[in-house]
Amino acid sequence: MSALLQASDISKRFGGLEALAKVSFSIETGAIYGLIGPNGAGKTTLFNCLTGLYLPEEGEFHFAGKRLTGLKPNEVAERGIARTFQNIRLFANLSALENAMIGRHVRTSAGVVGAILRDARTRAEERAIEKRALELLDYVGIGAHANDLAKALSYGDQRRLEIARALATEPKLLALDEPAAGMNPVETRALRSLLDRICSDGVTLLLIEHDVKLVMGLCDRVLVLDYGRKIAEGPPAEVQRDPKVIEAYLGGPLVKETAA
Amino acid sequence: MTDALTRLKQHPAALWVGFALIAAALAMLPFIVGMQGQTWVRVVNNALLYVMLALGLNIVVGFAGLLDLGYIAFYAVGAYSYALLASPHFGLHLPFWIILPIGFLVACVFGVLLGAPVLKLRGDYLAIVTLGFGEIIRIFINNLNEPINITNGPQGITLIDPIRIGSLSFSGTNELAGLDFTSPVKYYYLLLALVLVIIFINVRLQDSRIGRAWEAIREDEIAAQAMGINLRNMKLLAFAMGASFGGVAGGMFSAIQGFISPESFGIFESIIVLSMVVLGGMGNIPGVILGAVLLSTFPEALRYMAPLQKATFGREIIDPEAARLLIFGLAMILIMLFRPAGLLPSEVRKRELATERAP
Ligand SMILES: Nc1ncnc2c1ncn2[C@@H]1O[C@H](COP(=O)(O)OP(=O)(O)OP(=O)(O)O)[C@@H](O)[C@H]1O
Ligand SMILES: [Mg+2]
Repeated sequence: MSALLQASDISKRFGGLEALAKVSFSIETGAIYGLIGPNGAGKTTLFNCLTGLYLPEEGEFHFAGKRLTGLKPNEVAERGIARTFQNIRLFANLSALENAMIGRHVRTSAGVVGAILRDARTRAEERAIEKRALELLDYVGIGAHANDLAKALSYGDQRRLEIARALATEPKLLALDEPAAGMNPVETRALRSLLDRICSDGVTLLLIEHDVKLVMGLCDRVLVLDYGRKIAEGPPAEVQRDPKVIEAYLGGPLVKETAA
Repeated sequence: MTDALTRLKQHPAALWVGFALIAAALAMLPFIVGMQGQTWVRVVNNALLYVMLALGLNIVVGFAGLLDLGYIAFYAVGAYSYALLASPHFGLHLPFWIILPIGFLVACVFGVLLGAPVLKLRGDYLAIVTLGFGEIIRIFINNLNEPINITNGPQGITLIDPIRIGSLSFSGTNELAGLDFTSPVKYYYLLLALVLVIIFINVRLQDSRIGRAWEAIREDEIAAQAMGINLRNMKLLAFAMGASFGGVAGGMFSAIQGFISPESFGIFESIIVLSMVVLGGMGNIPGVILGAVLLSTFPEALRYMAPLQKATFGREIIDPEAARLLIFGLAMILIMLFRPAGLLPSEVRKRELATERAP
């Protein structure tokens, strides 16, 4: 199997703060790749660099063999990377269906003339957009809420809607920033089977998550960041035992002593 | 309102009767108001010009959420495009069907030119810069009479050709079927046709892939971009579409007035058009039309205060010009207090305000 995403020496500074320091990793096609680390470790910053919101000072991403560096967020989406946001960023005043339909934008083509004339091709495209959006809402399990406003949905459903909207862009890689945040255990379990399903449908997943149980149960490999540095990488079972990881999470030399 | 509409949609016959009635009313309107004198037909024409402007601005502000305070610049660009190509000033007298598309395109280009530098700005910053751009265009026009006289400066351009389509001139009166088609009446029909085209384009755009992309940008630029929406292209498209409608309205203004000067394109005009959009119901096409019609005819109605005061008090107590602005302002405040989302708010605006109240 070949690497779908290759990150090499990504560095990002905010003033004096080194949010990311020479982080490298690679994700195989079809994998579920976990990204964990304490608060402020730089996980979201890594997502923002990957999706073109931030320009890293150093380093490069290669996606499906092509360089990503310098692309705008919409171009990154076009290449096949979709994402969700830690602090949910839905189109709050639009319906769930409209949110998912907007996700189809990048894979459709009707322009001004098509919109005004509404010719047969445009009408067919519109129908296809709506159909696909409805399918995706069903797929993530919120089909019943298609006409509800995004902001009226429960947190769990909002996170699902973000996933549906991201899937509407037909990504090869889906990057999820803490999808289980704010979910109760039942919702988390449902999320887990959803993510499994997305993966088995051929989408590679990059997952930031604080819920250790979820990460350890779901991911093929895990990357651990601490203060912007990569401190461990590998299969979850190994990473879990890594003393540096234990120290980062529990902190202090006390842990070091007990680990030693 | 919407309930009534959905119920109507279940009875296509009723819908058609309604359409027929509105069409008949619009067709007869100039003759009905014309009975009170041609001034009133001119008031109606003026209202139609404002409807065009407001619908153009609504694309930028209502659909894409870009607060543009210099919109009147495009009206000026359209007006001057027409005036320069159809007046003794340069000795050019191009026909209407050539100038209209030229005015459309020139305004469109200006829309892109003024839109490009403000792509990264949002909210207040965007408003301030566009306000500046609007004034810059006006000042340019005001000063472009030296060293080469292009715009004739503050004197403006006079003797602008009326519109002529084939052998039909829009000045003077034609008689047809016993009815007098005066110049304002003829312009009324032309304006009405243009307004209908613009409404059609607006409606179609709003409910399309492009309209959804604008909505997404208005709701959340970053999320929109992450969904693959090209911010630059979509914003420039909104600026260009809005500007081109303004340009067409400007051309019509030139032809109808026969005279234009930079004075007609001040910042107050931009604010009036924006008020029409906001008061009527930002993003909602019927609301915007209502706002434009009300705000453009209301001040005319207030002109009747002077004779009214004379009749009741025997003399003028309040200067009507001053009182007009006062009442205008008061009406705006009242509408914003009692209907903050506008007279006929769009669904989305209503939803937005709904959460701002309930934490
Ligand atoms: N736009 C920014 N400007 C300045 N500093 C920033 C910016 N974005 C992030 N940071 C800083 O970079 C560091 C990494 O932040 P980041 O959001 O990537 O952490 P995280 O790993 O996602 O944490 P969390 O688990 O809390 O979401 C933090 O110290 C944060 O304050
Ligand atoms: Mg984060």
